[in-house]
Amino acid sequence: MTSFLSDPVVQGYLEASMRLAMPIMLAALGGILAERAGVLNIALDGTMLAGSFVGFVITYLTGNLWLGVIAGMLAGALVGAVLALYAVLIGSNQVVVGVAINLLIVGATSFLYRTIFGVGTAQPRVTSFAPLELTALSDIPLIGPLLFHQAPIVYLGLALVPIVWIAMTRTSFGWQVAAVGEHPEAAETLGISVMRTRFICLLISGLLAGLGGAFLSLSATGIFIDNMTAGRGYIALAILVLGRRHPLGVFVAAILFGAADALQLRGQNLDIGLPYQAFLMFPYILTILVLILFAGKARNPAALGIPFHRDRPK
Amino acid sequence: MPASSPMYLPTDQSPAPLELSGITVRFGSMVANDDISFSVRDGEVHALLGENGAGKSTLMRVVAGLLRPQSGEIRVDGKAVHLQSPLDATALGIGMVHQHFMLIPTLTVAQNVCLGLARAGRIFPNLRKVATELAELSRLYRLDIDPFARVGDLSVAGRQRVEIVKALYRGARILVLDEPTAVLAPQEVEGLFDVLRKLSAAGTAIVFISHKLQEVMAIADRVTVLRQGRSIASIDKRDTSVVELSRLMIGADIRLPTVDGKARPASAERLQVTGLSYRDDHSLRLDDISFTVHAGEIVGIAGVDGNGQHELAEAIVGLVQPQGGQIMLDGVDLSHASPGTRIENGLAHIPEDRHRTALVDLAIRDNAILEVSGHHPFSRYGLMRPAAADSFTRQLIDHYDVRCTGPAQKILTLSGGNQQKVVLGRALMRDPNLVVAVQPSRGLDIGATAFVHRQLLAQRERGAAVMLISAELDEVLALSDRILVLFKGRIVGDLSRAEVTVERLGRLMLGGDE
Amino acid sequence: MTVLDTTTKNTAAAYSAFRPLLQGILPSTAAFLLALAAGAILIVFWGGNPVTAYAALADGAFGSWNSIAETLLRSIPLTFTGLAVAIAFRGGAFNVGAEGQLYIGGTAAAVVALWLPALPSYLLLPLMIAAAMGAGALWAGLAGMLKLRFGASELITTIMLTYVAIYLVSYLLRGPLQEAAGYLPQTDRLPSGARFASLITSTRLHMGFLVTLATVALTQFLLWRTVWGYRLRVTGINARAAMAAGMAVGGLSMSAFLTSGALAGLAGVMEVVGVQHRMIENLSPGFGYTGIIVALLGQTSPFGVLIAALLFAGLQVGATTMEAAAGVPATLTVIIQALVVLFLIGRPAIGQIARALRRS
Repeated sequence: MTSFLSDPVVQGYLEASMRLAMPIMLAALGGILAERAGVLNIALDGTMLAGSFVGFVITYLTGNLWLGVIAGMLAGALVGAVLALYAVLIGSNQVVVGVAINLLIVGATSFLYRTIFGVGTAQPRVTSFAPLELTALSDIPLIGPLLFHQAPIVYLGLALVPIVWIAMTRTSFGWQVAAVGEHPEAAETLGISVMRTRFICLLISGLLAGLGGAFLSLSATGIFIDNMTAGRGYIALAILVLGRRHPLGVFVAAILFGAADALQLRGQNLDIGLPYQAFLMFPYILTILVLILFAGKARNPAALGIPFHRDRPK
Repeated sequence: MPASSPMYLPTDQSPAPLELSGITVRFGSMVANDDISFSVRDGEVHALLGENGAGKSTLMRVVAGLLRPQSGEIRVDGKAVHLQSPLDATALGIGMVHQHFMLIPTLTVAQNVCLGLARAGRIFPNLRKVATELAELSRLYRLDIDPFARVGDLSVAGRQRVEIVKALYRGARILVLDEPTAVLAPQEVEGLFDVLRKLSAAGTAIVFISHKLQEVMAIADRVTVLRQGRSIASIDKRDTSVVELSRLMIGADIRLPTVDGKARPASAERLQVTGLSYRDDHSLRLDDISFTVHAGEIVGIAGVDGNGQHELAEAIVGLVQPQGGQIMLDGVDLSHASPGTRIENGLAHIPEDRHRTALVDLAIRDNAILEVSGHHPFSRYGLMRPAAADSFTRQLIDHYDVRCTGPAQKILTLSGGNQQKVVLGRALMRDPNLVVAVQPSRGLDIGATAFVHRQLLAQRERGAAVMLISAELDEVLALSDRILVLFKGRIVGDLSRAEVTVERLGRLMLGGDE
Repeated sequence: MTVLDTTTKNTAAAYSAFRPLLQGILPSTAAFLLALAAGAILIVFWGGNPVTAYAALADGAFGSWNSIAETLLRSIPLTFTGLAVAIAFRGGAFNVGAEGQLYIGGTAAAVVALWLPALPSYLLLPLMIAAAMGAGALWAGLAGMLKLRFGASELITTIMLTYVAIYLVSYLLRGPLQEAAGYLPQTDRLPSGARFASLITSTRLHMGFLVTLATVALTQFLLWRTVWGYRLRVTGINARAAMAAGMAVGGLSMSAFLTSGALAGLAGVMEVVGVQHRMIENLSPGFGYTGIIVALLGQTSPFGVLIAALLFAGLQVGATTMEAAAGVPATLTVIIQALVVLFLIGRPAIGQIARALRRS
């Protein structure tokens, strides 16, 4: 058993699973916060893409990976702010706004990429994050390569899971978020500003999704391509359902998808007889399956998706 | 009647803890509160009496800091204050107990109570400290609560106690309760009054907003009557009577119609419900329910909200599918029929929440034909015939006196009472066999309520079977030939008009024996 | 009554009849112009001259008969996907997977043509259209079924199915359906029966444009004159009230998905027959996604969709000329299109900002 687990192929697979899970997990963590506050964040995909793009550009221009990461997070926060403007301040249909923002960012990143790099044949690259080995720990079978042989962002992401959980359940801010998402009118009478709370949640949501996006372009690949997220932001929404909007659940669900993604990459090289497109389809079909099995059982925050307006006479 | 009566001179000279003068609130061209004035003393229970639409809710929101008046002044302890938000009101010692509780069901009592307060700890609140303080309050005023219970699991009366404790925890010296007895069984009302008496004895000023005359006479020291947005009179309870208050409140002699008590000849059973059971994701909502409704009979279903009334209506109408049981209407088995089939068989539904279940944001005429769009004359060969819809709608507007500009007006721009008339009209103009009316007069003023009641009685005259589900005991008592009481999804009482007393009903509503 | 009175009365009557139309057109037009202005700023940022860039855009869109023909040609798939999204929206569903349904529809049509190469146009084309509509309906219906049966959000499933569709088509075009020569991921050129007659000779504009116009009128009729359309609209506004009123909400919702998918499939066959004359891997440069924006700009109403489609078609066609002449990347149009929607739904903000300013 242990020899199987220390097989380099298996180790590589586990390590890849975690690496591929991270972007989706971070976006989903952001999504948890937004949805708990009662806002549907459909713009996760676009936010990630913005994070990917800005992170890549800043790293390319400054040569500093961490600056790129921070820039990507800030870009994500900016998107979150725009979404908040529409969803919270104006009270527009949250789905329409989310989809429109996604389309806008696809076009904007494509346009700005060409503006900055021109249309040449050489693909601009950056040196991506090197894995940070915690040597002693990374030798533990199974968990070792999964958890301890990863790029630093992964450690950051892992740390965020318990942090988000504690923030949600133990802090007064976390309860305020729950209040705003369940019964915004009640929250208002208690002096909690629904708008301010939702705004903050969307900003944090943007920060996290931007981080996930930055991870995409700055780890492993080191390049940026049009529509790099390939629907991952939407898969993150499905992960929210599977993980029941709980940080730990979302973490496990993301690993599942990471594993599927890693399988798809490796499966293309294996000679199983299935066309490589079948493997490419796999994460998307898995998402549909997850929804089939789990969507009906989800319990949503009572005020999810409903814009909140003050001072409306009954 | 003068717009505002001279204030009753307090016997002591200290400034009133709460005084409103000349409060005016306008929503566009509509005046909700017109130059309202009244004051409360320490330790006094002051009732704000008025029927639906009189402006009580709006005034309450002004006091709560949720709404700013266009003119007028609020004085706390003699000092003029400007309430910009609920926080300001709380800081001044004004505590609100809203009619629709402002509680978060997924959080515990302690969490709800200290939410938004810095007192228990800014980032990591100390719930144990909160719980101790709650226990003390609970002991002082005999408010039985468990600080670590999840609010969603509590009964309605329990949640109301949490609302009160929440206000007290936040330092309320003036407690404002908005229609607190609307959700309680008669016996629970006594419990609430007990608490209120203890509080007023301790010096808390209490404002009790209600439209129920009897209760106001029971608990209040002074009464301010509101009618059509104005304060008509402020009188000491000892100086007035139910009759006088009723006259002041309604302003004219509108009497609500009632069923005549004459014995009716036995008639055929039209609706037969046997062994109805329904369980949803949470619990068993309907437990082996059986009853019948005869032709020309109004059967009232009484009970504290949340004991299965909602689910019973949905099951009869076809919006939920019960796991077991049978529903027969005029001999036709409708147990598994779709809502459409039930409508075809003569069922008419007047739902409790018209915005969610009865109306769509379109023109009046689109709403009028909602249930009959596939029928002659409203369509032919799958094509709509707008002229027929138009003329039907005009008939409805005429017969039911709907105040509007015409069939093309968007229905959501009508007043609540007129919207309800459209819902009633389209249901009743079909000459239904069974009318299922759920909270039909909720939110309506006395004129519209009288209208609704007359229509229901007219259906009874026609020989239709009528099921009336209502939390307003007065409504049920006035209109029903027989009254069934629902408790925890079971029928615990079946009383004829002659046998019924409020006390008996109250006991049954709380699950007690006969 | 004097002549003045009568004139005033008639003007008032005309105004009140047109007011809803004006109320609909005005904000959309304003949003479009604002988005163009924002685009101009971006052009400056890129380092170009907005005036010359937009001049090239306009020239490319309708500077010549050929340009106009190209614009009308481009409006065909945009109208169909716009109608698809609009109908779904009216029925209460978010069909963001029109792109995938388009691909499936186009592929199905190509299969029919390759299978029956000897058929004459008047037989083959209707069959192809039917196949495309059916396949597109099926693909959207899948998402509809998942929603009705399992409660799966169609927002996610239609996007997932789009990726599945694109990979599926990719496999087919590199495998069983690949051209005989075996180089490119595409089918053989379709038989001569699979051709639309030309509408404006010496341009690419074909009879399919008339089909488009007819579909717009038909959709308008269906939505506003039939019982089905009425019930669909009611379901989209308040499904619970529809159900309580006896409407078969499940069936209506499903029919919204099916109709939507059929329309998207039609977009596919139009491209396959009218433009590419074969099925190729990159049949659509995002028509399905642009359709979402077209539907929103057109206020989900068929004639509005047509006008919005024409506007965006002009943008897209003109953009290639703009890129060739002024160098500005054509993806600017994607930005402008998305900005149009954001400005459109941002309308209430102006009122709110005004109110906030008044308060302070």
